[in-house]
Amino acid sequence: MKDIIDRYANIICVAARHKTPLCIRSGGSKDFYGNNINENTNDTLSVTDYTGIVDYDPTELVMTARTGTSLVDLEDELRMHNQMLGFEPPHFGPGATLGGCVACGLSGPRRASVGAVRDFILGVRMLDGRGNDLRFGGQVLKNVAGYDISRLMTGSMGTLGLLLEISLKVLPLPPIELTLRMQMKEAVAIEKMNQWAGKPLPISATCFYDDNLTLRLSGAESAVCAAHTKLGGEAISDGLVFWNSIREQTHSFFQSGKSLWRLSVKSSIPPLLLPGQQLIEWGGALRWFTCNEDKDVDANFVRSVTSSVGGNATLFRYNKQSVSVFHPPGSEMMRIYQRIKEKFDPVGILNPSRMYREL
Amino acid sequence: MHTLELVNSLRIFLPPDSVLHETEDLKPYECDGLSAYRQMPMIVVLPRTEEEIIRILRICNISKTPVVARGAGTGLSGGALPHAKGILLSLAKLKQILEIDPISRTARVQPGVRNLAISESAATYGLYYAPDPSSQIVCSIGGNVAENSGGVHCLKYGLTVHNILKLRVITIEGEYLEIGGTCLDTPGYDLLALMTGSEGMLGIVTEITVKLIPIPEKAQVVMAAFDDIRKAGNAVANVIGAGIIPAGMEMMDKIATHAVEEYVHAGYNLDAEAILLCESDGTTEEVIDEIQRINQIMKKNGAMDIKTSNNETERLKFWAGRKAAFPAAGRISPDYYCMDGTIPRKNLAQVLDGIEKLSIEYGLRCMNVFHAGDGNLHPLILYDANQPGELKKTEEFGAKILEMCIQVGGTITGEHGVGIEKINQMCSQFKTGELEIFHAVKAAFDPDGLLNPGKAVPTLRRCAEHGAMHVHLNEDKFQGLPRF
Repeated sequence: MKDIIDRYANIICVAARHKTPLCIRSGGSKDFYGNNINENTNDTLSVTDYTGIVDYDPTELVMTARTGTSLVDLEDELRMHNQMLGFEPPHFGPGATLGGCVACGLSGPRRASVGAVRDFILGVRMLDGRGNDLRFGGQVLKNVAGYDISRLMTGSMGTLGLLLEISLKVLPLPPIELTLRMQMKEAVAIEKMNQWAGKPLPISATCFYDDNLTLRLSGAESAVCAAHTKLGGEAISDGLVFWNSIREQTHSFFQSGKSLWRLSVKSSIPPLLLPGQQLIEWGGALRWFTCNEDKDVDANFVRSVTSSVGGNATLFRYNKQSVSVFHPPGSEMMRIYQRIKEKFDPVGILNPSRMYREL
Repeated sequence: MHTLELVNSLRIFLPPDSVLHETEDLKPYECDGLSAYRQMPMIVVLPRTEEEIIRILRICNISKTPVVARGAGTGLSGGALPHAKGILLSLAKLKQILEIDPISRTARVQPGVRNLAISESAATYGLYYAPDPSSQIVCSIGGNVAENSGGVHCLKYGLTVHNILKLRVITIEGEYLEIGGTCLDTPGYDLLALMTGSEGMLGIVTEITVKLIPIPEKAQVVMAAFDDIRKAGNAVANVIGAGIIPAGMEMMDKIATHAVEEYVHAGYNLDAEAILLCESDGTTEEVIDEIQRINQIMKKNGAMDIKTSNNETERLKFWAGRKAAFPAAGRISPDYYCMDGTIPRKNLAQVLDGIEKLSIEYGLRCMNVFHAGDGNLHPLILYDANQPGELKKTEEFGAKILEMCIQVGGTITGEHGVGIEKINQMCSQFKTGELEIFHAVKAAFDPDGLLNPGKAVPTLRRCAEHGAMHVHLNEDKFQGLPRF
């Protein structure tokens, strides 16, 4: 495996010397995500061959795997030991790998109840923009030695370094899960989701769409049954399929072929007044919004509506990119981002512009 | 700038009693919870507002004066040890809970607010703030952010980094940054994680938005005694292997059990080589179910004695002994030196054997208390600083324990922070390349290195001397405070 790392490091060093931008890519399942970049000017650094689980002991609740390891393989291995990735990552295609999952920092339906990708990251091994092989964090659950570079890498879209190995905290699979559905209006659903999240109830996922609130309960059978009695609602039989369709965006809502916005807001914010359709997850904190580009919903309008309630808007999927994919930060914040980028990647060859044009 | 010049420029906007520079006024600030290290600051300032902090930092930046932030001063690694030529910035006067939003389950607080005060205020709504460092009745939330504090319940509920949403930060240049948000995801680099645990090296936190979670319906604890520490270790692994994430899981060895039992009379089995406390919390149904399964696992792993708390009084009594471990060490030895390494749990027996061998080799007793769920060890080396050479031996012993932790894939500090205490061990854990990145991150926020200089990250030259937490004759500044 050392020869693979040497090869990656060499590619980075050569690229740095010639100031040739690199596009770090694994399975390509999240190619759509981030700013549109001119692929002709960037060389691809493919990391699909650095695969395999390095260390996994179920009783430690820790798994370390190489960046190119397929998410499917990794989740299969965990399932064999009755464990899972708590943040329920979306794959968005059969090629999804651990590295891409962590670099993009996307979490699935369980996020509001157990945490995001970054909450499960314990340590990373990485190559920086000079090809240095570095290790941060570790394989233990508690570690406060040094700045938290592992979490800084999470969601940094490959702009700070190439992830080689990642250690994650894993969770036990819940003994049982039950999906409930109830009819209500959007405003009521937002209110209910917030109310329930403030009670000791085993709710592990929520989704509101088309006047239907769908809830998932996870835990011990006795606790799930007791919660069902308290909450009411009709149990649905295809819960697994439903949550999979939300996570993987195969649900009809996501299939309209229009621009898809991901709006991150405080969970208790009342319905957002935007034209088009919305689907709500994470107890109200995540609002997906599709708008028809033909009708020309102004991207800046979407951003201003979200900003006015203290949230942020990501242009998640698009046909034609009109604005920065990620909500732009203030100038002082951008200055810090630029200084960090410059330290990790002095020549600016790692996924330039994928996150912000300035990085 | 000379002391008086600085004092005068600070007193333009701060009242006289908020700018201290006389020796007797500075004395209370000469150390934090790690009282073995003492240093008088040049000036202490006690601002009341964010505006005042901005003006202080601008003055420091122009005059190139070092700034050390301090909360309640309960830290155990000397993170708030003053700088001789610097300003000690106390955030004690910023102690307001600004807002509790019971609907979105968040609290917006100033850095000087006590950890426990947040939970007390949120209790009206059936909510609380989960991280519970042992010093939570005194320690401030600002200090918790600086150290990424944990607590007994962090295996299930996470550390500070998992439980905060947003920070207002003032940079050394006096610029204002808003990091994170009241939503769950924010775009850009995860500066929230970078700030958490950064030991006051990157910016001054002036406001924190924390997550609140529902108070569990029920909590119960199982206390199991084992005649072999390996059996206890296996029981821990089997609880986790059975898919249970206990709310708390703590272990003590025989020396620790004897020391605390004599002190608090918690009812521990004195014949046991190891005592395990395993707590379950959640809905009533969940807890009944889990406690039953935990009992079975303890039995299967050969526990010689198992007790389950039947009520809240009993639950707290079971915990009382574990929480009194540090002061109990102070009762049976003139001095003790607390380590904070974390290891993968599977290496527990190996590491404890190693500690025992070292204990014989150095002729020093060592009692072990252990956050068993997350692998965080607190070996307490018992020694007498008045015996010539004993402190030096103790420090060597401690350093060897930390090196052992690194060797088995662990870390030198699980929750107490690096501060000044473990700065040399950082050289064992990280290579030059990684240390360079740490310095680079620091420089991105603080180009002149004015914020808490000399802490947390060693200079590449420094990797030589050794430091340690040792408490002489129970001279812990916070003696009454539980430590675990």
